[in-house]
Amino acid sequence: MSNGHYEPPRQSALGQFFDSLFLLALVFASLFAPLYLGLASGGKTEIELADKTTWAGLGQNAVMQGAWEKLGYTPETAAPVIVSRFDYSFDLVALGVTALIVVGYFVLVVAFSKSEYREVIAERFGRRDQ
Amino acid sequence: MTQTTAIHGEKISLLRVLGPGHVWALGVGIVLVGEYMGWNFSVGKGGAIAALIACWVAGLLYTCVAMIDSEVTSTVAAAGGQYAQAKHIVGPLMAFNVGLFLVFAYTMLEAANAITLGYLIQTVGGMMGQTTAGGEALVLHDKPFIVLTIMFLAWLNYRGVYATLTFNLVITAIAFVAIIILFFAVRPWSSDVLQHNELLTGLPYGWIGVIAALHFGLWYYLGIEGTCQAAEEVRSPARSLPLGTMTGIMTLLIAATMTWFICAGLMPWEYLGQAVTPLFDAARLMDSLPLMVLLFIGTIFSTLASANGCINDASRAWFSMARDRYLPQWFGAVHPRYRTPYRSIVFLVPVAVLFAYYAPLDQVITFSILSGLLGYTFMTFNVIMFRRKWPLGTIQRGYVHPLHPLPALVLLVLCATTYFAVFLGYGTQLMAMMAFFIIASLWFHFHRYRYVRRGDQFTMPWPRPLGDY
Repeated sequence: MSNGHYEPPRQSALGQFFDSLFLLALVFASLFAPLYLGLASGGKTEIELADKTTWAGLGQNAVMQGAWEKLGYTPETAAPVIVSRFDYSFDLVALGVTALIVVGYFVLVVAFSKSEYREVIAERFGRRDQ
Repeated sequence: MTQTTAIHGEKISLLRVLGPGHVWALGVGIVLVGEYMGWNFSVGKGGAIAALIACWVAGLLYTCVAMIDSEVTSTVAAAGGQYAQAKHIVGPLMAFNVGLFLVFAYTMLEAANAITLGYLIQTVGGMMGQTTAGGEALVLHDKPFIVLTIMFLAWLNYRGVYATLTFNLVITAIAFVAIIILFFAVRPWSSDVLQHNELLTGLPYGWIGVIAALHFGLWYYLGIEGTCQAAEEVRSPARSLPLGTMTGIMTLLIAATMTWFICAGLMPWEYLGQAVTPLFDAARLMDSLPLMVLLFIGTIFSTLASANGCINDASRAWFSMARDRYLPQWFGAVHPRYRTPYRSIVFLVPVAVLFAYYAPLDQVITFSILSGLLGYTFMTFNVIMFRRKWPLGTIQRGYVHPLHPLPALVLLVLCATTYFAVFLGYGTQLMAMMAFFIIASLWFHFHRYRYVRRGDQFTMPWPRPLGDY
């Protein structure tokens, strides 16, 4: 194949439809579903405060209190925002696996691209030994 | 000013009329919406001071991006930007992935713009204090506005009624001036209005929060590399592209610092870290109706201009991949009357609507940032492969960036740090995104690529690449 001209097959309308459907399904299954099912909203925790009913108890000074109130908040409605924190504790194994997947993805893409690129160059410029 | 002619969905006549000023305006126009929303989630991840440090570090990352992209794009003088680069330098599967990076970065940004616009209208509706006949407060829901925004802009693009570059620049200029006016209204030379001493609380998460904040720090500049896509229309790419892009980054750096300075001096970091419309909220805190109206208009204009450009760019990227048969050819069709890539426009609408309707703003923005981040990672090895395959002197380059490979290495380190920043708090989304791209890559290599022509993909008049490719 790398020696001559490659003429790709013509894809049927049904084949094109299924390819489009596959991509749409992939977007929804891998990107949308974790959000919709709430799986992507992890990583949050709350700080413990003895008094969540007053601005002072929430650790807010007079200037902060003024801003919250101008924005339409009371101590009760502001409390969930103020006590919410990201949980940055992490497992080194999870970090290692994530790093491996990101690096592995790029290695995979570059390796497959390389084999495809050889065919492109061979057809465009001819084989190296020619 | 727009000098392109759209025939059959492609640019067929590109006049070299743009100077560095145009490139600057194009870049700032694309990115300005990032000052109006999204950047402040970096405050939520690390506190206000961490967000400022992240803003400056992200500025360094984008400086590397601009240096690298100026060289490669001014040489690969083909429409399509990074997608065309990947086809010529790395290979088809990489190009397929880069095309998807562009589609998702723009589609998710479009969804984020719609969410912001809907939320703003809901907020302003609530502030009007209207009540029902029964005396209950009238609640204006954001969802219809989110769907209407996307549908209306998609319809405009379908009909080919593109907002011209000049029009987009005018409304983004108004949005930019609104930030400047707000900056002077808060009297930054005194502490009458801004209360940094009372509101800045150090680093609530410590230094790990500074790293975590880098995640949303990218939002200040995401898309500035789009300036390089104007390579074919620039009079002197060697001068205009790097100059226009770098001054654009400097402008955004200043605008971002001003935005941070205003917001961090007006509201507590806990509020700022989760606000949907931080600049509009800053105007609310000023007790000034004219300022509120101005920032309302600025937010609406910047989100509309950005969403409109996103629909155009995402559908063009999808269309280009279909034309190259990377995707079903059905998407490569052009409307017989409006001459737009109408099927690509329509296909991406449900994706944008669904994410805008159901997903929180920070998570939609994270998908956009991740798509951009994957693209910046690609740039690091792309430029190294470019210099190896076609060393200096073998082909005509529009611009040669200095200190190679230092910018690529710095960019790689900053990209790796940003992946870690996303992992902190948004690890599931990172994994979801990687799963999507890995499965899509396997699908392309083992199934889709059989429909792709081989030699036709290489269109540049270059000699055979050197080395083992």
